[in-house]
Amino acid sequence: MRDWPLWEVFVRSRRGLSHVHVGSLHAPDAEMALRNARDVYTRRQEGVSLWVVPAAEIVASDPGERDAFFDPADDKVYRHPTFYNVPEGVEHL
Amino acid sequence: MDFDDLLAGDGRVEPRDEMPDGYRRTLVRQIAQHAHSEIIGMQPEGNWISRAPSLRRKAILMAKVQDEAGHGLYLYAAAETLGVDREDLLDQLHTGRQKYSSIFNYPTLTWADVGAIGWLVDGAAIVNQVPLCRCSYGPYARAMVRVCKEESFHQRQGFEILHTLSHGTPAQRAMAQDAVDRYWWPSLMMFGPPDDDSPNSAQSMAWGIKRFSNDDLRQRFVDMTVPQAEALGLTLPDPEIRWNEERGHYDFGTVDFTELFEVIKGNGPCNQQRLAHRVGAHEDGAWVREAASAYAAKQAVREGAA
Amino acid sequence: MSTPSKTLGDYVLGLADDALVSAQRMGWWISRAPQLEEDLALANIGLDQLGQARTLLSYAGQLEGDGRTEDDLAYLRDEREFRNVWLVERAQSDFGVTMARLLLFAAWQSELYAALASCPDPTLAGVAGKAVKEVAYHLDHAARWVVRLGDGTEESHQRMQAALDAEWPYLDELFRPVEGAVVDPASLHPLVLARIEPVVAEATLEVPQVAPARGGGRAGLHTEELGYLLAEMQHLHRSHPGATW
Ligand SMILES: [Fe+2]
Ligand SMILES: [Fe+2]
Repeated sequence: MRDWPLWEVFVRSRRGLSHVHVGSLHAPDAEMALRNARDVYTRRQEGVSLWVVPAAEIVASDPGERDAFFDPADDKVYRHPTFYNVPEGVEHL
Repeated sequence: MDFDDLLAGDGRVEPRDEMPDGYRRTLVRQIAQHAHSEIIGMQPEGNWISRAPSLRRKAILMAKVQDEAGHGLYLYAAAETLGVDREDLLDQLHTGRQKYSSIFNYPTLTWADVGAIGWLVDGAAIVNQVPLCRCSYGPYARAMVRVCKEESFHQRQGFEILHTLSHGTPAQRAMAQDAVDRYWWPSLMMFGPPDDDSPNSAQSMAWGIKRFSNDDLRQRFVDMTVPQAEALGLTLPDPEIRWNEERGHYDFGTVDFTELFEVIKGNGPCNQQRLAHRVGAHEDGAWVREAASAYAAKQAVREGAA
Repeated sequence: MSTPSKTLGDYVLGLADDALVSAQRMGWWISRAPQLEEDLALANIGLDQLGQARTLLSYAGQLEGDGRTEDDLAYLRDEREFRNVWLVERAQSDFGVTMARLLLFAAWQSELYAALASCPDPTLAGVAGKAVKEVAYHLDHAARWVVRLGDGTEESHQRMQAALDAEWPYLDELFRPVEGAVVDPASLHPLVLARIEPVVAEATLEVPQVAPARGGGRAGLHTEELGYLLAEMQHLHRSHPGATW
C-alpha cells in the first residue's frame, strides 16, 4: 500500500503575522493532517494558527522559466522609493 | 542560474532546480540515513522511559525521545523533496539496504546511559549537524536548523543527569563513570572513518553538502568535551588525552575503527534487536494505516456525492 | 479516623494515579506507533497525563501533610496503596485497544475536569481548568481514530469493535461512589455516555452489551497487571534509597 499523502504545513506564529511554511507531514486526510501538524510543529508554542495544504495541490513556478518570470522585474527600479531624489530637509515623504 | 554557479556563489539548491544525479543520490542517501538514525535512536533512550527514576526525568525523557521522532519526520520530508517516498525509504531501512548511525546499536544498560547519550551522542550529533544548517541543499539545511534548535536541550539534559549522578551516592557515581567508559569511543566513531579513509568526503565537500572533514569535526568534539568531563568530575577512558599547546587542541588516542566497521556490518550488540523493533512497529501498524486510507477514500466519495 | 483533608487527599490521589498509570502505559507507544506522526501525538498525550499526575500527586502529598513529594508517592507506594481504576492499568499493545481506552478515559476526564474546574477547592479547580483543555484534545484524537478504525477496512472494523468490547467493562468503575469525591461520580455517567455514544455510532460500531468488571482500584484492589507496571516503574528509584536524580 502507498503511504498516506503528503501535506505542507503553514504556521502563524503570532497574531499579526502571516502563515509561514514550516515543513510537511503525512496524513490520511485533512482532519488528521491538521491534528498531526499541531502535534509535530507546535509543541514549543510555535503557533496560534495552522494551515495544511495537500502537497499535490500546490502549483509551483518552474525553475526553468525563472528568467522569463522574474528577470523582467530587474530593471523596474522606479518601483522602489529609493529611486527618487528628495531635497535635503523634506520630511514625511 | 546553473548548478555550478549556484554552488560557487554559496547559493542554495532548491527542490525543482536542475542538479547532477550524483548530487541528488548522495543527498537522498545521506538524508535518509540521517532520518533513519533519528528514529532508530528513539529506542535506546525509549528503553528507559518506563523506568526513569523520577517523574521529572520521565517527562524530560518522553519529550526528548518525542523530539527524535520529530527529527526523523523533518528529515524524511526533506528527502521527499528529492522525489523519493518515505514509504520507500522505510522499506530500505527495514530490509537493511540503508543504514543508520552505528551508535544506536549499543545497549542502554543503566540509567546513566541515558545521561551519556544526551551528553555525548547528542553532543556529537550537534557538532555534526550545526554545519549542515549551511548545507547547499535548501530543504536539508532548513530541516537541520529546526533540528539544531530542538537539540539544544537534549545535550544539556544529558549533562545534567550525569552531573547529578557524579555528585550523588558512590553507586550513582560508578554508574555514571561506567556509562561514559562505554559511550566515549563509540561517540568518537560517530564522525565516521578518518579522512584518508573516507572516499566520498571530498565530493561532498565540493558540493557543499559537507562543510568540514570527519577528523576536523571529531577534533572539535574532543576539544569541547574534555573540559565538560572535568566539570562532571568524570574520566574519559583515554589516557592519551592531553592539551597540545602547539596545536591548540587536545591530543587523543587512536579510535579503533575495526569496531565501527564490525558494527556497520551488523555485528554490534543490538543491530538485530533495533531493526526487529522498528519492523515490528511498522508491521503492527499496517492495519491502522490501511484503515485510515480506506476511511479517507470513503469520505471523499461521500463528500463528492453530497 | 478520617479527616476531611485525608478523604480529599485520597480522592485526589485516585485522580493522580489514574493519570500516572495511564501516562506510564502511553509511554510504551513512543517508537512503536503505526506512523511517525502518531509517535509524536501519543507522546504529547502521555506528557499531558504525566503533567496532570505530577500536579495532583504534589497536591495529594500536601493534603496528607507528611511531607511526601510527587516522587515519594509515585515510587514508594505498593500495589495496595495505588488508587487508580482498572481501566488504565492493564497492559496494552494494540492500537485499537489504546484508542478505545483513551476514548473512554478522556471522555470521563473531560466531564470530570469540567466539573472540578468550578469546584470550591482553588487548587483542584486550577489543575482541572488547565487539564480540561488537554483532555479535550485527547478525546478528539481518540474519537478521530475510533471513527477511522471503525469505519475503515473490514479488518479494522472487527478489531475496533473487539477493542471496544474489551475496554467497555471497565467504564462502570468510574461512576461508582468514592469517599471524599468533590464531584459525584454517578452524576458524570450520562454526560460521559453522551460524549462516547455518538462517536461509536459514527464509527459504525455497536455499544457493547457487556457486564461491568469487578473493579476496586479506588480501594487499592487491582488486577495482577498493576504489580508488574509498578515493579518496572519503581525498581530503579527503590534500588537507591534516598538518592537524588
Ligand atoms: Fe535528533
Ligand atoms: Fe537529540
